[in-house]
Amino acid sequence: MVKNKKILFIIIAILALIPIITRTKAVLNAIILLLIFATLGEAWNIITGFAGQTSFGHAAFFGIGAYTSTIVFYRYNITPWVGLILGGIIAAVVAAIMSYPCFKLKGHYFAVATLAVAEIIKQIFVSWDYVEGATGISLPIIQRSSGFAKRLFYLQFNEKIPWVYICLVLFTAVILLCSYLENSKMGYYLKAIRESHEVAESIGINPTNYKLYAMLISAFISAICGSMYAQYILYIDPFMIFSLDISMKIVLLTVLGGVGNVFGPIIGASIFIPLSEFTRIKLGGSGTGVDLMIYGLLIILITCYQPKGVIGIVQKLTEKSKKTNVGGEGKIEATSGN
Amino acid sequence: MKPLLEIKNITMKFGSLVANEDISFTVHENEIVSLIGPNGAGKTTLFNCITGFYRPFSGKVIYNGKDITRMTSYQICKLGITRTFQIVKTLNEMTVEENVMTGAFLHTNSRKKAEEIAKETLELTGLMPKKNVLGANLTIADRKRVEIARALATNPRILMLDECMAGLNQTEIKEVMDLCLKLKEKGLSLLIVEHIMEAIMPISDKVVVLNAGKKITEGNPQDVVNNDEVIKAYLGERYHAKSKKS
Amino acid sequence: MKYRRAEDSPLFTKLKGEEHMIIAQIIANGILMGFIYALVSVGLTLIWGVMDIINFAHGEFLMISMYTAFWMFSLFAMDPLIALPICTILIFVIGVLTYLGIIRRVINAPGLTALLATFGLSMFLKNLAQFLWTPNFRYINNSMVSGKTIELGSIVIGVSQVVAAVASIILTVAVMLFIDRTRTGKAIQATALNKNTALLMGINTKKIYAITFGLSGACVGAAGALMATFFPIYPASGALYSVLAFVSVAMGGFGNIKGALFGGLIIGLAEALGGYMLGTQFKYAIVFLIYLIVIQVRPKGLFGW
Repeated sequence: MVKNKKILFIIIAILALIPIITRTKAVLNAIILLLIFATLGEAWNIITGFAGQTSFGHAAFFGIGAYTSTIVFYRYNITPWVGLILGGIIAAVVAAIMSYPCFKLKGHYFAVATLAVAEIIKQIFVSWDYVEGATGISLPIIQRSSGFAKRLFYLQFNEKIPWVYICLVLFTAVILLCSYLENSKMGYYLKAIRESHEVAESIGINPTNYKLYAMLISAFISAICGSMYAQYILYIDPFMIFSLDISMKIVLLTVLGGVGNVFGPIIGASIFIPLSEFTRIKLGGSGTGVDLMIYGLLIILITCYQPKGVIGIVQKLTEKSKKTNVGGEGKIEATSGN
Repeated sequence: MKPLLEIKNITMKFGSLVANEDISFTVHENEIVSLIGPNGAGKTTLFNCITGFYRPFSGKVIYNGKDITRMTSYQICKLGITRTFQIVKTLNEMTVEENVMTGAFLHTNSRKKAEEIAKETLELTGLMPKKNVLGANLTIADRKRVEIARALATNPRILMLDECMAGLNQTEIKEVMDLCLKLKEKGLSLLIVEHIMEAIMPISDKVVVLNAGKKITEGNPQDVVNNDEVIKAYLGERYHAKSKKS
Repeated sequence: MKYRRAEDSPLFTKLKGEEHMIIAQIIANGILMGFIYALVSVGLTLIWGVMDIINFAHGEFLMISMYTAFWMFSLFAMDPLIALPICTILIFVIGVLTYLGIIRRVINAPGLTALLATFGLSMFLKNLAQFLWTPNFRYINNSMVSGKTIELGSIVIGVSQVVAAVASIILTVAVMLFIDRTRTGKAIQATALNKNTALLMGINTKKIYAITFGLSGACVGAAGALMATFFPIYPASGALYSVLAFVSVAMGGFGNIKGALFGGLIIGLAEALGGYMLGTQFKYAIVFLIYLIVIQVRPKGLFGW
């Protein structure tokens, strides 16, 4: 526990220092996305890493969050801070409705069911006029000259630095919650359910209830990430926000970072988000798809040569000396600085 | 004295196969009851019926005056009946201590309290030196121990052990026997399914014999081993006839 | 039976007859489409059953096959139906290479790693296609079968769909027979049931894996050539079908070929009828909804054990 807290502190300190070292827009942009996706990864980790229920549909909760805060702002001019909580609650309700019947499904059947739910929700949003259907919504921009208090109230900033810190706070809160969960009764119970349903039942655990709690928390956090993302990029449409690609991106970075470990998502995100941003900036834009082609190739290479996830290497290194982990993070920073 | 657990006319069918037919017996407080019988006699099925993993076709299970027949396995466990599995199900990605702690969380939400319970249980079962070993890396004997320890950590009044001695060597069997007696001293009741007669007979207060889904007899160990039906079930009709002649 | 050009009688026109005629028409279209989905799903379910891997690149294999058919047609004026064996063999080879190059290395990795490797491959192939051939839609509109229709009473169906469906049925049955009757097929079944036991029985499971991947590729390769006659060809054209194939495979029960066949048919029908009754924008929502309902009743799929 003590060792983990140190690592966590180092990671957060490095991320907090980056805006002081460099103000390059591309780097800050990568950091913000990295934090949002790392937080999403943490959320996904609760239901899949801890409880062992593979979800391919987290884009649904992400999207519900993004749409809720956007709609309350766009239609009723209510601050996204309210929308953010509301989105979390709606996502949790949707999660409860979809999961309860799905929890009796095992393994891939559950995974495909989550994918199906996400696709249905996407279809609904595509043809729902209230949310502007397939056209998507551009968020109304508040005056450029507004003071910081007003900007904070409406979650719109002229520069990227406030976003870095807001996302960092969110990420820190979520990772603390996750490590608390991991070491609490609930964490133990979820892991027991993951390892064996029957054992869980034999020692007095109600698997359905605990999986449901895990799903609710996971959906709530994912929705908050969605709201943040929408506020940050200021434009959403159903194809982009509810896409299988988003769901898979969450799976990707968590699994390759280290599934079931609270540091997995941040490690995975620290590698994959800068990587995808880097390939996009250097090679994208021409619309030839060369960036995603290389990105795909890198995923294949990493999975082939480091199938146990990056956490495997990191754990090996930390066993030798704690400082190597800092070195690992520093390398990532250099990558994003390119 | 009122029995702690009462099995009343349990019948369990899988399609046309009758796995348990009209089985009744009781377990009293602070008693070791063993359930024996040849392979396929329906012992594990009965275990599953008692602990809510199966819904019996008919019959009742009464625990402490309460009908628990229709309850789910986790509700039954919360009431104080915990079972182990014949095919051990160690939580592989968790250490021995974490395995036991998972059980210990049943009656507490506090991690500290759970750690205390786990420590006690680990000491009692002799697993302390291995507490940081991952479940996946344990030997079969240790897995069986973890199985018992995890169940014990839920602080049951009745502990149900399903063939927890099979595959162990003499010393290890002796250790489990001692553990059972120790638990009895602490006031627990035990319901044990076992094949190893020399291990189970000395520690049992009562033996229930099943064959082909039916209860043949029950009684104290001495009477049961001399029972004609039991000898027939175990050694076959011909051997039985031969032994009668001589 | 008489042939006409499609322009004279567009495929999806609501005929002047009563509504039940339209429904019959839609059911016919749905069933024809269903058989093609079935062939795509059979390929996917093979890998799933034998190796317990979700092949996310399955749709991209389909897309490559469609492009192959397209280039054969536009460069060598080879009709897709004649190019079908070429597409089948090519994707068979790609399947085997995928196993040897990627899957072999990740098959024993924990959890979702193998799935991510195929996801990476899918991303790579989709964007490779975009890089090489641009995102533009391409059509094969004057093949032997395209644009022609058959009239059965008041039901009008496209010849290309009929040919594709019939070919799909033949190929699906062929795969079933292969799995059921041949020695290799039996070895595939054994490997699917228990890899280690199969290994102990002297089955070269690595070879079986390679063959399974190839066979899966062959199914989708054939499907691609057939679909190229009436579907637009573009880099993302496979993606939708791989998602639909996941659903149909899961609906039928993982690893079950008969299940994949019925799953495909249900999806074809659901798509056609759902699209008609609720509007085309909801046709896939209906498909997914039906999966969710089926799986409530049969949690391991229609034919799952």
